[in-house]
Amino acid sequence: MKVFIYPTNSLILSDLVERFGHEPLAVMQEISKRVSNPGLDSPPMNITPEDPKIGLKYAAVEVPSGVRGRMALNGPLISKAEAAIIVRDPVVSFGCMGCARTNELVNFLIRAKKIPILDLDYPSSEEEAKEFVFKISQFLKSLGQGEKK
Amino acid sequence: MNSSENLVRIAQLSCGAEYSGIQAEIDSAAKQVNAVIVYPEIDIKDIENIEEEFGLKVASSDLKLLMARAKSIVTGKVHVDAVFVATCFRCAEAAIVRSEVRRYIHEKTGIPVISYSFTERTTAGTLLTRMEALTTTARRKSLLAREKQSGLTAGIDSGSTTTKAVIMKDNKIIGKGWVPTIKVLESAEEAYNAALKEAGVKREEIQALGTTGYGRFLVGDHLKADLIQEEITVNSKGAVYLADKQKGPATVLDIGGMDNKAISVMDGIPGMFTMGGICAGASGRFLEMTAKRLGVGITELGALAMKGKQEDVKMNSYCIVFGIQSLVNSLAAGSTPEDVAAAACHSVAEQLFEQQLQEIDVKEPVIMCGGTSLIEGLPKAVEELLKVKVIVPDNAQYIGAVGAALLVSGFIRPRI
Repeated sequence: MKVFIYPTNSLILSDLVERFGHEPLAVMQEISKRVSNPGLDSPPMNITPEDPKIGLKYAAVEVPSGVRGRMALNGPLISKAEAAIIVRDPVVSFGCMGCARTNELVNFLIRAKKIPILDLDYPSSEEEAKEFVFKISQFLKSLGQGEKK
Repeated sequence: MNSSENLVRIAQLSCGAEYSGIQAEIDSAAKQVNAVIVYPEIDIKDIENIEEEFGLKVASSDLKLLMARAKSIVTGKVHVDAVFVATCFRCAEAAIVRSEVRRYIHEKTGIPVISYSFTERTTAGTLLTRMEALTTTARRKSLLAREKQSGLTAGIDSGSTTTKAVIMKDNKIIGKGWVPTIKVLESAEEAYNAALKEAGVKREEIQALGTTGYGRFLVGDHLKADLIQEEITVNSKGAVYLADKQKGPATVLDIGGMDNKAISVMDGIPGMFTMGGICAGASGRFLEMTAKRLGVGITELGALAMKGKQEDVKMNSYCIVFGIQSLVNSLAAGSTPEDVAAAACHSVAEQLFEQQLQEIDVKEPVIMCGGTSLIEGLPKAVEELLKVKVIVPDNAQYIGAVGAALLVSGFIRPRI
């Protein structure tokens, strides 16, 4: 199944989804389509002023351009999602999209889809981390036989 | 701009610029003024601790990153010459961070800093004047420290509405020219010739020429100017020079024909500044249209406004179209031309106050310059809103030309 992850750029979540035979829907895929000039001093994304306009499909024009530009990346992933794993209040290093307003909109849109969703708090101890991974594995197994890409 | 000038390192502290698709525009504007955009290094721990250390709690992690980068500049972890703080237009959380970070850097380091709120429509052209002013302040502090004009110099301010020229000799204005801008080069020639004629000097006697304003590059290239400089730094210099407030803090306000500038100045050098240029309703053009509708010359509008009461006219919009419509409706409903003139001045002043003066620290003395400062109703409306005395120096309309003539006297060299 196509599993949307939140934070949308979490490498750990993406890896877990893949390990259980499903297809992770992560923002890295969208960014990789836009990579043009990777460099140390410039953002390695070729997002153009057209992207915030594409983002108008998800948010109105009075919504800041940065939110709409991010939605141009996230929106298509949400459209494709068949299930989702959402981690609440993660630390920055676990993954983040940088903008709280985008996060709110992404969370709303994915929940509005009425697909199977696993909601989890970010673990704060080793015990919780084990439980965290266990719950994710159970959820992914419950989605049935995934098709490995 | 001279590409052989020192490379200026501008730290970009931003949220949303890359996702708005305008990063290439920022880089391009910086490149045009021989500057390079850098992103201050920080550790992940810096981001985690920054809310506590900076004292501002925010939900967006890119704003935490922005604050952490500001801190690394203030603590000297990274060396930069100037700072560009930018966040998305219409993001309230970002607007608070942008404003506080700008103030934090300005107060703690004295490094020149500008802030900007962008949309996906922001272009390199929009950013160019701001970047130019930022790099000039960083690069040419010694030039901007000049307080007296020397020798025989000329300054031309090629504005969007009018072109002004002055001739200065030994720290005095000896000739002035003022014409409406029609064709940029022809208007510049006309204003320059008028100033030369009044001064009684020949063009070849001028030891150095400086240009500023919208047409500065075209006019500067045509007349082989020694200094081509944007209007932020030039007007700052011109304003404190004419108002004789060269030392200490000052705030310079210039409501232009097409855009407005609000500049926070220290010892004649701009620190923080904003430029508005999105809405004509907040510019001199609005007053010009009001004057036309009232059947008076623009020079008479100010005196008319001084006699009126803006409170008696209901303005439903700041827009140059719908605002004028409100004024027309008021006239039809029996308002006097005096009240309408006062309401128009108040409308422009209120927009300056709401949209731009919130972005800088307003410190006295407040100096108003540019042609619109001579419309007496306007400085009065600004005074009422700011609750401070506004100074309009003599020759306020020549501020750019005077600033250019003053600064270029540092470039005097034998002319062939």
